[in-house]
Amino acid sequence: MPKPMEEYRVEDLNPGCVIDEPGNAVVYHTGNWKSQRPVWNEQKCIKCGVCWNFCPDNAIMRKEGGYFVADYEYCKGCGICAHECITQCITMVEEVV
Amino acid sequence: MIDKYAVFVPNLTNRAENFTSGHRACQGCAEALAVRHVLKALGHDIVISNATGCMEIVSSPLPLTAWNVPWIHVTFENAGAVASGVAAGLKVLMRKGKIPEKRIVSVGMGGDGATTDIGLQALSGALERMHKDFLYVCFDNEAYMNTGIQRSSSTPYGAATTTSPAGKDSIGQHTWKKNMAAIAVAHDIPYVATACSSYPFDLQAKVIKAVESGGPAYLHVLSVCPTGWRIPSHLAIKYGRLAVETGVFPLYEVQDGKYRMTADIPKLRPVRDYLSGQGRFRHLTDTDIDIIQKRVTKEYDKLISLHKSNNG
Repeated sequence: MPKPMEEYRVEDLNPGCVIDEPGNAVVYHTGNWKSQRPVWNEQKCIKCGVCWNFCPDNAIMRKEGGYFVADYEYCKGCGICAHECITQCITMVEEVV
Repeated sequence: MIDKYAVFVPNLTNRAENFTSGHRACQGCAEALAVRHVLKALGHDIVISNATGCMEIVSSPLPLTAWNVPWIHVTFENAGAVASGVAAGLKVLMRKGKIPEKRIVSVGMGGDGATTDIGLQALSGALERMHKDFLYVCFDNEAYMNTGIQRSSSTPYGAATTTSPAGKDSIGQHTWKKNMAAIAVAHDIPYVATACSSYPFDLQAKVIKAVESGGPAYLHVLSVCPTGWRIPSHLAIKYGRLAVETGVFPLYEVQDGKYRMTADIPKLRPVRDYLSGQGRFRHLTDTDIDIIQKRVTKEYDKLISLHKSNNG
């Protein structure tokens, strides 16, 4: 697991600024950008995966049983999933701090 | 809501994510979505040369990278040249037996600024050299969004940007969008297509077709930018779909010079539907919209007649 961005020092960088750890951006959590979060109503969900397909942040994943759930560590709260959902089972709820 | 969206087909797409979470794209960025789907279709055996632009900025702030595949950041001018060098280099390494013989696709990526303005010469050279396993993808969000919404030659007529502001004497951008796909077609390459991230399966199918075509291929992907187009972030997919349904951005592919329309649209919607909700077009009057409608219909009819003459 790569270390958080704050812990990198100048001497950790490779010559030529080569990054040799693929996909280490996962340590940067974009979840605190959001002002609203998607919530699934599993009574209405038909497990089609449209929300997962249209998420620009890969923040939606399938859980056991085929239903979908957002990873709130990365979800930026754009609301695309709620707008595109075929059965409208996703609602955007205001984020309360 | 989605029309004709084959329910449950999403479950069949590649689950591997080569563009990871934690990238810093704006909320509702359809360009990040387009990149995600392009990478899903391409798989692991690729080398990406990415020109400066939104996708480079958001995905690689120095100690971190959002890419799970080999990726080079190059300047605005030379994404095409570097991708073409990568293709040539891989060919030589395979011939000398330094790396195992397999198909590795060299992918050039750029925004509309890097493709239609600054990198056009390098791209034209790359397409002309007829590299095998070479794909160039242009993610077109219709302005230089990453530096703060300056006009590019891909900005459509009438759009207000910070360098083409709308006002009393100005309509905003006063030239028409450069038809980059037609320029690519003029190079006589095996595969050219336009796609949109609101149609992800169409996009993935086109990427696969482009790679299968063998020679250099060019893909022009319309990527809605909620920040620059002044729309709410949750409508990003809807506006991509409207662009296709109104004929503003027709989806087609050109395989060996043969045109084929890929979106099934029996009757075009009026362009007003597409223009009215966007902040960058809010100053347009009815006369302006009529001018745009005429141009869109003319361009669309041209494509339809090409489609008809090529497909009987």
